Amino acid sequence: MITFKKGGVHPQENKITSQIAIENFPIPQQVVVFLGQHLGVPAVAKVSKGDKVKTGQLIAAGEAFISANIHAPVSGIVTKVDVIPDISGIKKEAIVIATEGDEWEDTIDTSSTINDKIELDKDEIIDRIKSCGIVGLGGACFPTHIKYKTPPRKQVDYLIINAAECEPYITADDRMMIEHGEECLIGIEALLIASKAPVVYVGIENNKKNAIAHLTQLADKKHPKIKICPLKVKYPQGAEKQLVQALTNRHVPAGKLPIEIGVIVNNITTAFAVYEAVQKNKPLIDTYTTISGKKVAHPKNLKIRIGTPINEVLNFVGIPENTGKIISGGPMMGKAIANINSYATKGMSSLLMMDKTESQRGEVSPCLRCGKCVSVCPMGLEPLLLQPFGEKKRYDECEANGIMNCIECGSCQFECPANRPLLDFIRLGKAKTGEMIRNRKS
Amino acid sequence: MQSIIYAAVILGIIALIAAVILHFVSKAFQVIEDPRIDDVASILPGANCGGCGFAGCRNLAEAIVKAGTLEGFGCPAGGSSVNEGIAQVLGLNAVMMNPIIAVVRCNGSLENAPSQSSYDGAPSCAFASSLYAGESMCSCGCLGYGDCMKVCNFDALSIDPNTKLPVVDNEKCVACGACAKACPRLLIEMRFKGKKDRRIFVACRNIDKGAAAKKNCQVACIGCGKCLKVCEFDAITIANNLAYIDHTKCKLCRKCVSECPANAICECNFPPKKDKIELAQETQFVNN
Repeated sequence: MITFKKGGVHPQENKITSQIAIENFPIPQQVVVFLGQHLGVPAVAKVSKGDKVKTGQLIAAGEAFISANIHAPVSGIVTKVDVIPDISGIKKEAIVIATEGDEWEDTIDTSSTINDKIELDKDEIIDRIKSCGIVGLGGACFPTHIKYKTPPRKQVDYLIINAAECEPYITADDRMMIEHGEECLIGIEALLIASKAPVVYVGIENNKKNAIAHLTQLADKKHPKIKICPLKVKYPQGAEKQLVQALTNRHVPAGKLPIEIGVIVNNITTAFAVYEAVQKNKPLIDTYTTISGKKVAHPKNLKIRIGTPINEVLNFVGIPENTGKIISGGPMMGKAIANINSYATKGMSSLLMMDKTESQRGEVSPCLRCGKCVSVCPMGLEPLLLQPFGEKKRYDECEANGIMNCIECGSCQFECPANRPLLDFIRLGKAKTGEMIRNRKS
Repeated sequence: MQSIIYAAVILGIIALIAAVILHFVSKAFQVIEDPRIDDVASILPGANCGGCGFAGCRNLAEAIVKAGTLEGFGCPAGGSSVNEGIAQVLGLNAVMMNPIIAVVRCNGSLENAPSQSSYDGAPSCAFASSLYAGESMCSCGCLGYGDCMKVCNFDALSIDPNTKLPVVDNEKCVACGACAKACPRLLIEMRFKGKKDRRIFVACRNIDKGAAAKKNCQVACIGCGKCLKVCEFDAITIANNLAYIDHTKCKLCRKCVSECPANAICECNFPPKKDKIELAQETQFVNN
């Protein structure tokens, strides 16, 4: 079974919701759509207070080079454009819409029939991806169209679809492949046209046997260019650099994008969003989210309109007693929510309710120099060195020891027997070192 | 016996040659240094805190001697006495320094700004600040993990366990400014110590609109501008929903303190205020 070479850990999988079908979350009374829910520059609001909007209508435009369009997730009236705290409590600009019915924009095909004939050409597909505001749904929310605007002399050798879903608990991608496999594959075909790549690999971790069987069968029948590749169950299999290495044996250089070595990587749910954009002209207004946790009575996979209040979603499933932490994203790389009165964004792949006993950190003790962090680091770094460098503000040494290569997967901290806050200070050090390098260049 | 004599003679010759070489080298590469630099450096405290803006005490001494004036230089740690000492050595006029001190511009104690979440990550303000708004959800307020305390070389800062806010020790603080640089929220400011240690400042840096600021903290400045109107000395400015008192203009009249509807303006080391009836009687007496 193929996998990446260095390091990695195997956390308890806890894919509780893998057999539970995706359910539609009811449209909320009011949505709050943040203007900066992708990597890069926030979009610019194109509506103002009192405007009437239809579902799918453009409400904020991504005008900068790295930015993405944002569309109304519901129909109704814009009640205000204001600063509103996000899940971290940091105030960001957002558009508030009071829902009235669910009237869709006329250009969007809302039928559920599968349309497998792609009529658009390369540039039209890229333009459609851009206009529909599609961002990478693997977590980073990098605007997808930028990946396909390849520099003229660069040729794309491989298109890779990331369906590893290596984070524990999350099953949204798994369910997506089982329930919308055909659409995903048509979306991948569209991405193939856009990238002009000769071959596409879909990397799926081997704990999703149903999805692998389903997609292999579909691909064999209709999509000869699409190769389904089962991967060994190992975290962080779904990290971009690790996945590229596992599938192509190519190495993405530090600080570079995969396009440098002729590879484009996209998430499977992104491929589904591309299908909806290309074949149905439907912008990205939903997020597929796993709501889970060991103590949650009825964990679910939900399709949620962006801008939905998070506490409504949590109460829909039921917050168990003694919940210590609610995490947006996976337990390894996700972020604990400081403010549950915030709203869903495009990249919200899961909401995990962790019990107090399992969520709290253990007591920190001095480093044992056992070297476990070094052996599990998939980037071959030495977290035990980088942590004190970051903490003591020794950014030159951080840089010399390759802190900028860190992918922040958290394997080191997961494995540390002394419960040291390794990743915390490495993140801080990485941010400050990056700042230092940028200042030096300018 | 003979070998001892040989050794002594040979070593003596080597020493002689080395002495001659060293003599010429010391002449050729002589560095002429102003002896006053040593005199000035010996007066400075020698803590190398960096508060003066130079890397260490000797660098300040060099700069002062080179400039030939005390204008624009000063040792915040040593204060006026050190400055007078330097002035005597160099035969210059001492520049009177207003003593300064670190002031924490946040009053979001546990009582004023109750915690809405709890944090168990690495105890570092810099890291926590990059993660989230803070336990009270005020994205401008003090986080209370003590980055300022850790960088203080003079043991002048401590975190009050009851309020989770830093407390500056009046006696120990030398206003070196290390804490101000360490605070990721830029809450610490170097301000005049004031007569009898009396100071008035806006203990808030929240730039949200009034209602949003008030939601997370009872004593947040709402930028209403009442203080601006009562100030007779033009010391107050308002920008981004936040008032700021210029310590160079403030005359410590305390009018703004009683005017502030949010109790965001702090006064320290003032005697308790006389109540209004007493004041009214006093003014009557003056009028008569």
